[in-house]
Amino acid sequence: MKTYEAIIGLEIHAQLLTQSKAFCADNAAFGDEPNTNVSAISLGHPGTLPKMNKKSVELAIKMGIVTHCQIDKHCYFARKNYFYPDLPKGYQTTQDKTPICTEGYIDIKVGEYIKRIGIQRIHLEEDAGKSIHDQDPFDTLIDLNRAGVPLIEIVSKPDMRSAQEAAAYITEIRKIVRYLDICDGNMEEGSLRCDVNVSVRLKGETNFRTRTEIKNLNSIRNVERAIEYEIQRQTQIYEAGGTIEQETRNFDPVSGTTSSMRTKETAHDYRYFPEPDLLPLQIEDSYIQHLANSLPALPAQRYEKYTKELKLSDFEATTILEQKEISDYFEELVKVSQNPKQSANWVMGPIKTYLNETATHIQQFPLTPAHIAQIIELIIQDKISTTAAKEVVFIEMLKNPSLSALEIATQKGVLQQSNTEDLKPLIENIIQKFPAQVQEYKNGKTGILGFLVGQVMKASGGKANPKLVNQMMQEALN
Amino acid sequence: MQINEALIRRLAQLSKLEFEGEELAHIQQDLSQIVRFVDKLNELDTSGTEPLIHIVNEVNHLREDVVKQEITHKEALLNAPKKDSDYIRVPKVLS
Repeated sequence: MKTYEAIIGLEIHAQLLTQSKAFCADNAAFGDEPNTNVSAISLGHPGTLPKMNKKSVELAIKMGIVTHCQIDKHCYFARKNYFYPDLPKGYQTTQDKTPICTEGYIDIKVGEYIKRIGIQRIHLEEDAGKSIHDQDPFDTLIDLNRAGVPLIEIVSKPDMRSAQEAAAYITEIRKIVRYLDICDGNMEEGSLRCDVNVSVRLKGETNFRTRTEIKNLNSIRNVERAIEYEIQRQTQIYEAGGTIEQETRNFDPVSGTTSSMRTKETAHDYRYFPEPDLLPLQIEDSYIQHLANSLPALPAQRYEKYTKELKLSDFEATTILEQKEISDYFEELVKVSQNPKQSANWVMGPIKTYLNETATHIQQFPLTPAHIAQIIELIIQDKISTTAAKEVVFIEMLKNPSLSALEIATQKGVLQQSNTEDLKPLIENIIQKFPAQVQEYKNGKTGILGFLVGQVMKASGGKANPKLVNQMMQEALN
Repeated sequence: MQINEALIRRLAQLSKLEFEGEELAHIQQDLSQIVRFVDKLNELDTSGTEPLIHIVNEVNHLREDVVKQEITHKEALLNAPKKDSDYIRVPKVLS
């Protein structure tokens, strides 16, 4: 069979984290009572004048800077005309010929290789309202709270060749927008949405073949599934001698398949023209520089730091970086504990388990990095075992964060005996009690050491420091 | 440009409008007139002239990102031909 390769490009819509909407002062919040965050402008009443939100321009430029784009110093808006009930003006205000950012890239990591994915453009636009089709048998219900919420659309170049690359690309974009507080990145709630363009061709061909666009993808996993299905579908059609029609397809998450939504014949003709009601944007170099200087460290930069400076493994660094807030917590913990390895263990272990079990965010986590650093210190000083730290001190501290780790360890009796003077009589006692085992050890059956150490631990009521007992026992026997 | 029936049907479809019989003839005439007018303007040679998008030279008419509640929920629904206590209702779009 001939070898096909997929050509994949992504359009990502990200709702900007502003307080108010793109062109009017309505609240941009998600999840409020329907049709409460609206005004004459978002309802599309005639004679109203939009006014651009400064913050959305700022966020779009920030995204352009970190994705190595050119920032268009002089851009204007356009009207994209189409008729739909959740778009009361009859057009979407967007940027057509002058996107605010162009020609950038990001680097993605796919398994073991790094690939550079081009970004064709990032433009500013507004969201439409929400249509609810399945709640009433006769009517479609319209909620215009979302109408006019600012978005950026990030259009990639057709640089991806597999579903895995596409997934890595969205993951990276989502990480970036979260780190920069550009968008909350929530795909289920639709604040980050993705449309996928897919075509296939024979390996070695240089021209692109006809592509299809897939919509309705509300998770990274579904993006992968939709692409995999679409590659297979198109390949089979070509193999059977057929042709692909340019069309928009809908992904059904239940069946994992795509189906035709509209073909070229019924496609929209958006009849773009410049928006006369909004004045152009003129962006000064000094402003871009000012924003560039205010940017926090990006995940890729933190990754470098974690793996090189803090000596974490790739897995540890990647896991911690998944969420900005987790990574922020980790950085703070390293600062106070001065121990990156232990900090990573705690963030990825007990803390993450707690967050998963209680379904909470790190922002609601009751213990500060200073708390955890106290526990880490007791472990490093051999005052408590790692098991006691996790199972006793950590759990008790969650119930009572006002107590120090040392107070809890003392109260709960989990402090290890690390005093050699206290341990010596215990060890001597055990050596006298088990002469047969001692002889076995001396005859070369060193495996018996574990038994003897265990006896000392038992005699100490579990409080002796096992590492120290082990060492002292060996010394006593040799 | 020729304003024929096919073009009118396409425009009607894009605007979710319907023209039949006399209306169709009427709109065909109206559109033809306006297109003839624009064709007249197009006779002027504008090559080498920058398109004029805005007639004022001002830029950056921006507002601070501050929320203001300008109308109430009740006022918002006032002009909707069909509504319930929460939503604007329109004829079913998807079934």
